[in-house]
Amino acid sequence: MSHTSDEMMTVAAARALRDGAACFVGIGLPSTAANLARRTHAPNLVLIYESGCLGAKPDRLPLSIGDGVLADTADAVVSVPEVFNYWLQPGRIDVGFLGAAQLDRHGNINTTVIGGDYADPKVRLPGAGGAPEIAASCREVIVVVRHGLRTFVDRVDFITSVGPPRKVITDLGVLAAGPGTSELVLTHLHPGVTVEQARAATGWDLAVSPGLTGTEPPTEAELSALRAFEQA
Amino acid sequence: MAEIVSLAEGVADLVRDGDTVALEGFTHLIPHAAGHEIIRQGRRDLTLVRMTPDVVYDQLIGMGCARKLIFSWGGNPGVGSLHRFRDAVQHGWPVPLEIEEHSHAGMANRYVAGASGLPFAVLRGYAGTDLPRHTPNIGFVTCPFTGEELAAVPALNPDVTIVHAQRADRSGTVQMWGITGVQKEAVLAAKRSLVTVEEIVDRLEPVPGQVVLPGWAVTAVAEVPGGAHPSYAHGYTVRDNAFYQAWDEISRDRGTFLSWMQGVAA
Repeated sequence: MSHTSDEMMTVAAARALRDGAACFVGIGLPSTAANLARRTHAPNLVLIYESGCLGAKPDRLPLSIGDGVLADTADAVVSVPEVFNYWLQPGRIDVGFLGAAQLDRHGNINTTVIGGDYADPKVRLPGAGGAPEIAASCREVIVVVRHGLRTFVDRVDFITSVGPPRKVITDLGVLAAGPGTSELVLTHLHPGVTVEQARAATGWDLAVSPGLTGTEPPTEAELSALRAFEQA
Repeated sequence: MAEIVSLAEGVADLVRDGDTVALEGFTHLIPHAAGHEIIRQGRRDLTLVRMTPDVVYDQLIGMGCARKLIFSWGGNPGVGSLHRFRDAVQHGWPVPLEIEEHSHAGMANRYVAGASGLPFAVLRGYAGTDLPRHTPNIGFVTCPFTGEELAAVPALNPDVTIVHAQRADRSGTVQMWGITGVQKEAVLAAKRSLVTVEEIVDRLEPVPGQVVLPGWAVTAVAEVPGGAHPSYAHGYTVRDNAFYQAWDEISRDRGTFLSWMQGVAA
């Protein structure tokens, strides 16, 4: 079955989640990937949305972190102060799953402003939301984001969340912080992608791991589960 | 005992020019109808407070009701950016908008401190981010017991908090359930409160997971069926996802926005 680069990214992100983990999920790509994981290899993945839904099991993709389908299918629905103070802050959540508008070589994330200065920005983005504390308090963080020069910048315009994450999964490959350093290194390339393409889409001199490997293409089971879910 | 009022009376009595106003609701139970009434009554110079300013705040900002926004995430959930908010920050249209920006954890704890009658809250937050450089209301304190450095945020005590809920009885005791966000804290932190509800009933049937706000803790209750649309009230209405998607187009252009708002302001 042929697949798009977005589908490869979503499948690779889903594979990064282990069964039984508790995962703090942002809307968009992270939510799609986490729900795919729950429908394939990780049926006991616990999805936590910042709206207060713990253990949500939606049967269709939610548009928002507050869609009714999340509350209807959750183990518990708690208040927002409780999510952040009782569940996130003490380190009860294994994985934080985030997106980014900008990301630098150390995996710092910006979702606040682009260009100009803070008081007079070129582009005002939605802002931090839960991301600063998700990045700081989850045991590990995975970022899912499309790979391109607008996003992969040498220096973020604003640090909304501090890196580095354990992994950055893109539509071209996978990056991870090397041992003893906070700099992101290319560790995997998705099928059909070259190192030159990944470098050309990165706004700094991207280091490549000596152990660079290819990502396994999506299986038919993964692709059908993803497509069925996206159409539901 | 809360007073039972009409929406127009409630807004006229409780929301004044220059007030700090929180319309809370975390995707669910957002008091859209009350926001529209504030626009109709032409309130100005408001400091709007809300963790997730979305469509109704885009409308209030675009209609020039706000002088300042205190928030942690200002977007159209699942869709993208808020164009009226963006226009106000980037171009000062229709009036310049001052912002005070936090994280969700920071905002939630500001309400918790406000509801608790404490001057500030501590949390393990903001570390290493650029937010404290731009937001004076983020400080750091040292734990007197462990020496750990922690973030501190001042209590948030709005002049008035407005929320939407499923139902209330005639004494103004309010029942809400589903995703209840930070609504209870925002009401208890405020000097005055207005709760719009889907229905007012003689007797409240208990519901699993409900949050109750006793009538004596609420200033006024107004019956406004469908008052959360395009947000929703679990058990009564469903979220109008198509409207959130349509808002992106409506709000992108100042003229299209203003003509759409004529339907609200009439």
